Amino acid sequence: MDNVTFGITMLIVGMGGTLLTMWVLSILMGLLKRAFPYKKEEEGK
Amino acid sequence: MLDAIVNGLNGLVAGLMNLHWSNPIMIGLGCLLLFLAIKKDIEPLLLLPIGFGCILVNIPLAGLMEEEGFLRTIYDAGIATELFPLFIFIGIGAMTDFGPLLENPRIFLLGAAGQFGIFLTLALALALGFSKLDAVAIGVIGACDGPTAIYVSSKYAPHLLSAVSVAAYSYMSLVPIIQPPIMKFLTTEEERKINMGVVKKTVSKTTKILFPLVVTVIGGLIAPKGLPLLGTIMLGNLMRESGVVSRLTKASENEIANIVTLLLGISIGATMDGRNFLTPQTLMVLCLGFIAICLDTVCGVLFGKLLKVLTGGKVNPLIGAAGISAYPMAARVAQREGQKYNPKNFLLMHAMGANTGGQVGSVMAAAVMLSVLKGMGVI
Repeated sequence: MDNVTFGITMLIVGMGGTLLTMWVLSILMGLLKRAFPYKKEEEGK
Repeated sequence: MLDAIVNGLNGLVAGLMNLHWSNPIMIGLGCLLLFLAIKKDIEPLLLLPIGFGCILVNIPLAGLMEEEGFLRTIYDAGIATELFPLFIFIGIGAMTDFGPLLENPRIFLLGAAGQFGIFLTLALALALGFSKLDAVAIGVIGACDGPTAIYVSSKYAPHLLSAVSVAAYSYMSLVPIIQPPIMKFLTTEEERKINMGVVKKTVSKTTKILFPLVVTVIGGLIAPKGLPLLGTIMLGNLMRESGVVSRLTKASENEIANIVTLLLGISIGATMDGRNFLTPQTLMVLCLGFIAICLDTVCGVLFGKLLKVLTGGKVNPLIGAAGISAYPMAARVAQREGQKYNPKNFLLMHAMGANTGGQVGSVMAAAVMLSVLKGMGVI
């Protein structure tokens, strides 16, 4: 594989893959927060 | 008799006679690193052992990096096997509170944007004629995360390890100098004044415990080649948040992290033999590393501006700069810059969220990169 193809692939798939993964994690964390809401009595535990 | 005396004296001056022109320069560089660590308090935990290792390895005929030399033994045991950066990651996970990030999960995206410099620098390194794996190792300086840079470069470009490590740790410590002009240039005064309010405590203990598990499983499934990085940082964090293994947590963030930091530092220093280090390539690596961190900051701030628009002006773009990792310096820089323009503005906890997002992002970016390389058959 030549360097140009490699570089462009890394730019697109690398940046896109990182952004997509972090977006998926942000969605999942939002869902987790809803599924397990914070309760005041947790304070001090 | 006289011959024996002459031979004996020869033995005493052999070190001096075998001095390569690069050795005194490198000993000077080692002293500079020690000065920065001791007098300027710049990353002393690493720069001190790196500086001393650099001095040790540039004294001729000691053979410290030859077969059975003690530095070679440490290097082979911890760097060649990639164990040291992974042990450090357990400590980092045990030290990091991801709470501010979990308060506002969309900040994860800033942690991703803060890593774009990795890929842009990789492309730049390729354009400058570096090989694919060398470009990968140089790009990963932009992760602004020492253990990640060491892990990737020791595995795929070990000849660049010393330059990449020195660049990564030096520029991380220079974040308070590098970032502010870029932040100021890319934002308006109105944007810098945006008050994001107080971070409320809304994350349950269950969510905090599930976070490392979810990141490990999802991240590992998407980017399996980076699972050692992800798995170790998340193991440390799970130990912290579970609260049931406080002995292990304390050992990870103190004794283990301290011992490994010492061994890691001295073995990185030991790779700085002048004959290999003083090359134009090293200078280019240092320049590209600087560019990587600047590009990370640019991308983070620009993404912060995008979030500002998407949220109707609720996000201060300055916190985007904290998405580069470099924990916790980058968050402090965002807080300080925000307060310059609005003394009542407390961005620190929001910036800490972006900063911890950057930690996850840097590991994830490296993991994605390695998996893409594997997918393309490059590794």
